[in-house]
Amino acid sequence: MPIWALYGLRRGLATTPWPEKSEGEQQQGVLGLPVFNPDRCDDNCRACADSCLPNAIGFEASASGERLTIDYGKCIGCQLCTETCPNSALEKSDHWVFGARRREDLVWAEALATQEAHELKQDIQRTFGRSLHIRHVDAGSCNGCESELQALNNPYYNLHRLGMFFTPSPRFADLLLVTGSVTYAMREPLLETYNAMPEPKWVMAVGTCAVSGGVTGGGYSCAHGLDGILPVDIYLPGCPPNPSAMIHALLLLLRRAEQMVHGGHYGR
Amino acid sequence: MRETTERILHPSEIAEACRELTNQGARLQMAYAWFPEPEGPPEVLYLADVGPHEPFPLLRCTLPVGAWQLDSLATQIPLLGWYEREMMDLCGITFAGHPEPRRLVLHEGAHPVLPPLDPRYPKDQMMAYREMPWDLPPVEGADVQMLPFGPVRGDVLESAQIVFYYIGEAILHCHPRLFFKHRGMERRFEGLTPIMGTFIAEQISGVDSVTHALAYCQAVENACNCEVPPRARYLRTVLAEMERLYNHLYYLGHLCHTTTLKVGEAQGKLLAEQCKQLNGIFTGSRFLRGLLKPGGLRHDLDLHGLPAKLHILEPEIESYMQALEMTNSHLDRLITTGHLPYRTAFDQGASGPIKRASGIQRDLRHDHPYAAYDLFSIEVPVRDGGDAHARVQVRMEEIRTSIALILRAIQQIPDGPIETEVHLKSRAEGLGWCEGPRGSTYYGVHFDDAARLARVKVKSPSFSNWRVFPFTVHDTNMMDYAINEASFGLTMAGCDR
Repeated sequence: MPIWALYGLRRGLATTPWPEKSEGEQQQGVLGLPVFNPDRCDDNCRACADSCLPNAIGFEASASGERLTIDYGKCIGCQLCTETCPNSALEKSDHWVFGARRREDLVWAEALATQEAHELKQDIQRTFGRSLHIRHVDAGSCNGCESELQALNNPYYNLHRLGMFFTPSPRFADLLLVTGSVTYAMREPLLETYNAMPEPKWVMAVGTCAVSGGVTGGGYSCAHGLDGILPVDIYLPGCPPNPSAMIHALLLLLRRAEQMVHGGHYGR
Repeated sequence: MRETTERILHPSEIAEACRELTNQGARLQMAYAWFPEPEGPPEVLYLADVGPHEPFPLLRCTLPVGAWQLDSLATQIPLLGWYEREMMDLCGITFAGHPEPRRLVLHEGAHPVLPPLDPRYPKDQMMAYREMPWDLPPVEGADVQMLPFGPVRGDVLESAQIVFYYIGEAILHCHPRLFFKHRGMERRFEGLTPIMGTFIAEQISGVDSVTHALAYCQAVENACNCEVPPRARYLRTVLAEMERLYNHLYYLGHLCHTTTLKVGEAQGKLLAEQCKQLNGIFTGSRFLRGLLKPGGLRHDLDLHGLPAKLHILEPEIESYMQALEMTNSHLDRLITTGHLPYRTAFDQGASGPIKRASGIQRDLRHDHPYAAYDLFSIEVPVRDGGDAHARVQVRMEEIRTSIALILRAIQQIPDGPIETEVHLKSRAEGLGWCEGPRGSTYYGVHFDDAARLARVKVKSPSFSNWRVFPFTVHDTNMMDYAINEASFGLTMAGCDR
C-alpha cells in the first residue's frame, strides 16, 4: 500500500505565489476580456455590436454622433468582437483581473472621472483581521464558476494560505459569494442564506451571470444577476473568471489588493 | 433528419412503435416536443439507438389541435418517465396514465401563463412563482426521520436538494429535488443565428463546454449538409479528449475527498489544474470555450507543444492511478458502494461511464463516430461490477485512452482549412451527438423560415444519470452517500439546463 504522506512530500511544493507576481506569469495563454482602442474605431460601423450576444457592446447617441458603449459586466469573453472588428479597435488581451467595487467601473467611460472619495468608512481589515470565511451559493450557474471556485482549494492556488476558507454554514460566514443569474427557484434560498449571516456581511457577484445575467439572464426563469436582489460589494465578471482573478477579487474586498479596472480602463 | 430513419406516425401508433423498437433491442435516447408553427400544435419526437453504425430510429407524430395528449409509456419504458414529465411541464402535453404525474422541471408553485416552450409565451416574462409545499412521498412509522439536505449544501457545490428518509444510519428512501437551476436554456437558442447558438450551448454545462458545443455544431452541420474539413475534425477530437482528461482527473481527486484520502485529493485536483492550464496555454480558454463553430473551428490551433507537456504528465497520472488502486482504505469505501445492476442501468437510462461500469458497452465515439473518431480504433472500457469502484475503473481506463488518442491525433493532424461555409437552409433539421466525459449528449436542431434557430433540444448525460442515481441510494447508509454521489460525477447545470 502506498504511503501517501511520502507521496505528497516527494511531490514537493506546487503553490503559486500569486498575487505576489505579475499576471503575465499567471494563467499563461488564458484570454481575458477584449481591450478597446477608441482611436481605431470606425464611425458608422456596428460589426462588434452585432456580434455581441449578451449586448455588452452597444451604441448611444452623443453630440458628435453615435458613441460606442462597452459594459464589461456583461461580457462573456467569447472574443467574437475581436474577430469581427475590421480595424482591431477591439483586441484580444490577457486582462482578466476584473474585480471591481463599483458596477460603474466595469462600464467603459471616455474620460476617467477623478476618483471620488467613495471609500466606505468602515475598515474591513480591522473588522476581519486577516481572515475571511466565505459561504458560496450557486444561484443558477453553468458550473464553470463552481469548477474554478473548487480549484481555489487545490494545491496550486491553496486559498488557505491567504487565511480564506469556505464554510458549510452561513452562520459563520463573512462573505456571501454568489454565482449564476438567480433562477426563480434559487431566489428564496439565496435570500435566506443572506439573512442567516451575521452582521457585518459582504456580498460578491462572481461571473458575468451574477454580475449582469450575461447570456443566461432573463427569459422565463431567470433574473439578471444580483442587482436588485442583494447589495453587491465586489463585482467580478468573466465567463468564468479564472481562480487567480477570484483570489484578486477576494483580496480586493479585504483591501489587500488594488483594483485594476476603473471606468472600463484596465491597468494601475 | 440525416443519419436517422424517420417514421411519421399517428399519435395512437407511437406506443406500439416504441415497444417494437425496444423488443428489437433498441434503447430510447430522448424524447421531446416542439412547435413547428407558432400557433399550431406540438410535434413529439422519440429518438432511439439500435446499435453500432445503424442510423438512429426517429419516431415523429403531430398532436391534433386542441388535444395535446399521448399515452404514457413510462410503465413499460421507464427511462421515458422524465422526458414525458418534462414535456408536461414545458410544452403543456398530457401523458395519460403516467405513474408519476408530478412536476419535474418546473417546481410546484411556478405558474407560467402558457407552457414556457410554447412560441406564444412572451419571451422575457418571468414566471409567477410562490413557494409551495412539495409533493413528497408519504412515509409512515414513528422511527423514520426526514432530512432535507440543500439546496445550499456544504462546500462549493451546485444547488440541489436531496431528501432522505432514514432510520439511524440506514437510508430507506432518497428523493432528489432538482431543477433549482433550471435556466430555460433551450429557449435561449430561439431566433439566434447558428454561430451565436454555440455560445448558448457552451453555457449549458461549463465543464462540458466542448461536448455541448460539438454536439450542437454537428447538429447544425447535419441540418445543412455541411462537410467539415479534416483538420477541423482532428482538432475537434483533440479538444473533446482534453475536456475528458481534466474532468476525469478532477473526478478522481474529488472522490478521494469523500473517502478522506487527503494527499490523493490534492494530487488529483493538482493534475486536473495542470490540464486546465494546458487548455489555457494552447487554446486561450481553461474550459476550451470559444473555439468551435458550425462548419469547423473559429481559428486554427498550434498544438505542436502539447505532446511534450503530456509526456511529462502521463507518468504522474499513471503512478497516481496505480497508487489509488493499491490503497485499501480508499478501495474499502468504493467496492460494493452504490451498486447499479445491468438491468436497472439499461431500463432507467444510465449514460456514459455509469452504464459502462454496469456492463453496457456503448460509446458514441465507437458506435456512431463523429469528428475524426472513425479514423481511430476506440477501445470502450467496460466493467460489470456496477459499484463505485467499477465507475472509477472505467474512468481510469478512459484517462489512458484519452491521452493516447490526443497524442495519436496530434501526430496525424493534416494541414488544410479549419472551416467551411455553412449554407443555411430554412426549415432544416439536424441531429448532433457527442460522447462527453459524463456520457451521451444529443442535440436536436430545427430552423425556422428565416434559417434561424426555432427549437434546440438538449439531452445531457446528467439528466439521464440523475434519474438513475437514487436507485443506488435506497437501502444503503448515510456514510456512503457522499462517496456514491461523487462516484457518479454528475453536474446539476447539465441536468437542470
